[in-house]
Amino acid sequence: MLLEKYTDHINEILSRYPVRRSALLPLLNLAQREDGYVSESAMKEIARILRLTPSQVYEVVTFYTMLNLKPIGKFHIQVCRSLMCALVGSDTLVGWLQARLGIRPRETTPDRLFTLSTVECLASCGTGPMMQVNEEYYEQLTEEKVDRILADLKRDGTCSLKSGPFMFPQPELQQVKR
Amino acid sequence: MPTHELILLKNMSTPGYTGSLADYERAGGYQALRKVLGKIAPADVTEMVKKSGLRGRGGAGFPTGVKWEFLPKDYQGPRYLCCNADESEPGTFKDRQLMERDPHQMLEGIVITCYAIGAEIGYIYIRGEFVLGAQILERALGEARAAGYLGTNILDTGFNLDVWVHRGAGAYICGEETALLESLEGKRGLPRVKPPFPATHGLYNKPTVVNNVETLANLPHILNRGPEWFASIGSPPRSTGTRIFCVSGHVKRPGNYEVPMGITFRELIFDHAGGMRSDKPLKAIIPGGASAAFFTDQHLEVKLDFESVAQAGSMLGSGGVTVMEEGTSMVWAALRLMEFFYHESCGKCTPCREGSSWLVQTLRRIMAKRGRHEDLDTLTELCKNIVGRTICAFGDAEVAPILSTLQYWRHEYEELIEAAEAAELITPEPALARH
Ligand SMILES: Cc1cc2nc3c(=O)[nH]c(=O)nc-3n(C[C@H](O)[C@H](O)[C@H](O)COP(=O)(O)O)c2cc1C
Ligand code: FES
Repeated sequence: MLLEKYTDHINEILSRYPVRRSALLPLLNLAQREDGYVSESAMKEIARILRLTPSQVYEVVTFYTMLNLKPIGKFHIQVCRSLMCALVGSDTLVGWLQARLGIRPRETTPDRLFTLSTVECLASCGTGPMMQVNEEYYEQLTEEKVDRILADLKRDGTCSLKSGPFMFPQPELQQVKR
Repeated sequence: MPTHELILLKNMSTPGYTGSLADYERAGGYQALRKVLGKIAPADVTEMVKKSGLRGRGGAGFPTGVKWEFLPKDYQGPRYLCCNADESEPGTFKDRQLMERDPHQMLEGIVITCYAIGAEIGYIYIRGEFVLGAQILERALGEARAAGYLGTNILDTGFNLDVWVHRGAGAYICGEETALLESLEGKRGLPRVKPPFPATHGLYNKPTVVNNVETLANLPHILNRGPEWFASIGSPPRSTGTRIFCVSGHVKRPGNYEVPMGITFRELIFDHAGGMRSDKPLKAIIPGGASAAFFTDQHLEVKLDFESVAQAGSMLGSGGVTVMEEGTSMVWAALRLMEFFYHESCGKCTPCREGSSWLVQTLRRIMAKRGRHEDLDTLTELCKNIVGRTICAFGDAEVAPILSTLQYWRHEYEELIEAAEAAELITPEPALARH
């Protein structure tokens, strides 16, 4: 139960909006963070908290692509396939991942570690090919980097190649003109 | 390379700059706020912004001060500011950098705007995928609250303001301002019919301003250094200031480049972004994000300002400049973009919902060398039936890549179709019944 576990946090979220329903996406994001997907019971609970009908919640969940209605793998790999990334090799990146994971987009590995998806532009078009894994971005990917990321994720649950605060070209490379 | 002053990217280009409140203040941050709050009347702030010539950086290029003025003057109830941080136009990645590297610059712009329009609540609607960006903004908001730049009685002027980060959950359309408002109200992100405009009936049906991250980030500088200074940069009078152009595709040094508006595509691509990545020459340019009509190598001397790009038949849009080299199939490029639009059509308007699916299917067929000559007329016909017939500008956007590639590279479509017809001569397909 979300409310029991996150009473203060949820009340704080509710206090941000003059209209309760506005808290819907924040609560759905919270539910998905908790379970990896938005379960039916979470949707019902959120409907109760916000005084909505379950179908009002469900219709919103089905609209937004980040919200999953079914459990997925521990690591959700999402490769941007939009044009700018495709120009610099996103299809090749999908190929590398397919070969290593033995699955195709929209599939999950049998050990339930990885789910592979292709998605549309993630606002990282100058640093493609790129992918998002759960909450982190990995950019300017090469075959070696992909190997390291997959190995690190399996072993440590994270990888130091993830992007930090974004700036490209990096300040060192940017000619500062005054 | 012509030298020019960085404005928005200046702080973050300084070695060691972290974007913390202390760093921002050391670089002169929040001075504009101190100058404005309680000292310059809100209407005069709006007047200054109008005088600066600042136009929206989100896509449509609407004059910012004029937009603020549309709010009803005598309205007593609440008003809102929504900062559009949805950044999901393919080819665009500047707002992400502005938020993650210098969050206070944008926050100062938000406080100034709220003061000018009389809003006591502001929401930053940030795309759901920007988890790091949202965290950085939350931290910056905390710092600003603790320092008294947000909250009640800001800088002892009696002005109250709270700003909250609101994360989306994956939907391109939520960058469209009225879809953003619907989404913020906890609904599906379906654009609203305009009029009424958000200025009178926005969030919760209250007067609302929606402004892009980069637009807001310009405000502290305009207030600090004066509208005349800002209006002298770029291509006055209609395209003032700098813009951050996001260069992607087949160039040596892709990335964000802040330059005064009015430099040419040649300067941006060859001087700033390092030119083509290989010895293949330039073939095509998308000048302003996925929604903008393609340009060819004949357009390299066009100036990057609102009017020049519009006159040449496209738009400056979101500032995403994508470069493609010789050898890139334009039918394939149009298809990739069309697949994006098909995926992202919200489904509210029939011409866009059904049209995008037909367009994708037709393009896929041509690309797979199964096209027919009639398909080109079908494409044009479909596009004509979408433009101007949808509630929001998404409809106009989705046809731009197809119509412009058909205009400049029609022979590529024809070659694919001729290949299809040649193949059919060998193994004729039974004719399909036509309806
Ligand atoms: C389909 C569509 C998508 C849009 N996406 C964005 C976006 O991601 N970010 C943005 O700032 N503006 C976007 N806009 C433009 C907004 O509707 C709006 O014009 C803008 O946020 C206003 O801010 P500005 O005047 O400061 O540019 C989009 C418009 C359309 C029609
Ligand atoms: S096209 Fe891939 S991140 Fe924008």
